Amino acid sequence: MGALSCEHVLNIQDLSNADIMLVLDTARSFKEVNERTIKKLPTLRGRTVVNLFLEPSTRTRTSFEIAAKRLSADGINMSPSTSATVKGESLVDTAQTLDAMDCDLVIIRHRYAGSPYVLTQNMRAHIINGGDGKHQHPTQALLDLFTIREKFGRFEGLEVGIVGDIAHSRVCGSLAPALTALGARVTVVAPPTLLPACPEALGADVSFELDPVLEKLDVVYMLRIQQERIEQSPLPTLREYARLYGIGTDRLARLKEEAIIMHPGPVNRGVELSSEAVDTARNLLLYQVNAGVAVRMALMYLLLGGDKDGLAA
Amino acid sequence: MLQTKSVVLDAQAIDRALIRITHEILETNKGAQDIALVGIVTRGDLLAADLAQRIKEIEGVAVPVGSLDISFYRDDVATHFSPELHTTTIPFSIEGKTIILVDDVLYTGRTIRAALDALMDFGRPSAIQLAVLVDRGHRELPIRADYVGKNVPSSKQEHVRFLLEPVDGRTSVEILQAAPGERIGSAPLGGES
Repeated sequence: MGALSCEHVLNIQDLSNADIMLVLDTARSFKEVNERTIKKLPTLRGRTVVNLFLEPSTRTRTSFEIAAKRLSADGINMSPSTSATVKGESLVDTAQTLDAMDCDLVIIRHRYAGSPYVLTQNMRAHIINGGDGKHQHPTQALLDLFTIREKFGRFEGLEVGIVGDIAHSRVCGSLAPALTALGARVTVVAPPTLLPACPEALGADVSFELDPVLEKLDVVYMLRIQQERIEQSPLPTLREYARLYGIGTDRLARLKEEAIIMHPGPVNRGVELSSEAVDTARNLLLYQVNAGVAVRMALMYLLLGGDKDGLAA
Repeated sequence: MLQTKSVVLDAQAIDRALIRITHEILETNKGAQDIALVGIVTRGDLLAADLAQRIKEIEGVAVPVGSLDISFYRDDVATHFSPELHTTTIPFSIEGKTIILVDDVLYTGRTIRAALDALMDFGRPSAIQLAVLVDRGHRELPIRADYVGKNVPSSKQEHVRFLLEPVDGRTSVEILQAAPGERIGSAPLGGES
């Protein structure tokens, strides 16, 4: 019996509130380990973890890779160029091939929503979604929740604004429902062209402008303008976006005293955040990255820890 | 339901044993210089804090005290998985120190094996000694304690549990017997290995 109520983490909704709190508590222990000189535990010795990253990624992949190594699991990285997908292999065949090699855990990043689910249907291993299309990115949400909890000690009653490209953001797709489930109040802020067709599905309030909501926010979560995902130009210019939705000197001064800025990275300096807003002490960007390793270690430990036979039933 | 079969040590006997262990530690190490106490959670850390207080009363030296959670170092993560974690806090360098590892009940020795591995990840102590309140036998690894409160012969069907007043309502070491057919799990708050 695993410690979580789920075998796989595909969507943030797979985790109950109790599961999320368990992951966050466990991550705290791993954060302590990460502060040691010898950052290595024997816990998952002999387990095989595959990073199947079929879309460019540096920080998430590196974070998962470090997490696996610190737990003594054997980590294998597969990038688009090294996987057989370039030779035309289908995802189902890739999954069955990896399954035949007895992998214990697969982290998948893929440009199509739902591809992690395809893996669960074709493999015995546990699957973690490392980002699927515009759909979800649950481990990013967990590390964001960890950061918010360490900073405020609670979720109830917090005002969180998620600002930017809501329509294309899998980060928002996981974070907004989780925060809402945990009792925070989420407002998504974006021009109508960057909102999904049905933003209410995220359980969040909607604002087309940043200025009216800025001063009530405890957490200002800035999303990256994903230029590679914007098919038809929804913005006249990036400069206009920066002026209307970016955080610069003026908006920085208007934030609540305790308010924090968060960003999933990588940052477009001068677009969603000015350089000053990136480097200010209230920007927890690097804390998030740091927490990411601990949270991913926690998730691996909780998914694989109770696995008697090494492979999921 | 686990039934208390007998009380092997009452509060007074535990107190006497701890006084003796404190003196033995000081005698063996010729004082309290360069020693540090590390207790294995849960209960071992409480004992370590207790021993540190006693050392302070006798020698006037405040020795560093740490606590160690060995969950990540267990050799049975796959079968006896317990997601309940406690914190490891070793707020001092163990480099070159004599570490007194403290636990309540010594049984198979596997907890101690894991604790040794965990400690080594913090540095290279000059020596590690082991203090336990109760040694109940049935070792599965070549491990022995340097300081023992009491040797308690027990059967594997029994469960030896250390209870401490602030968390359990009373201070004692008790042998518990499971009802026939009942599997003996670990104590809700830690328990022996």
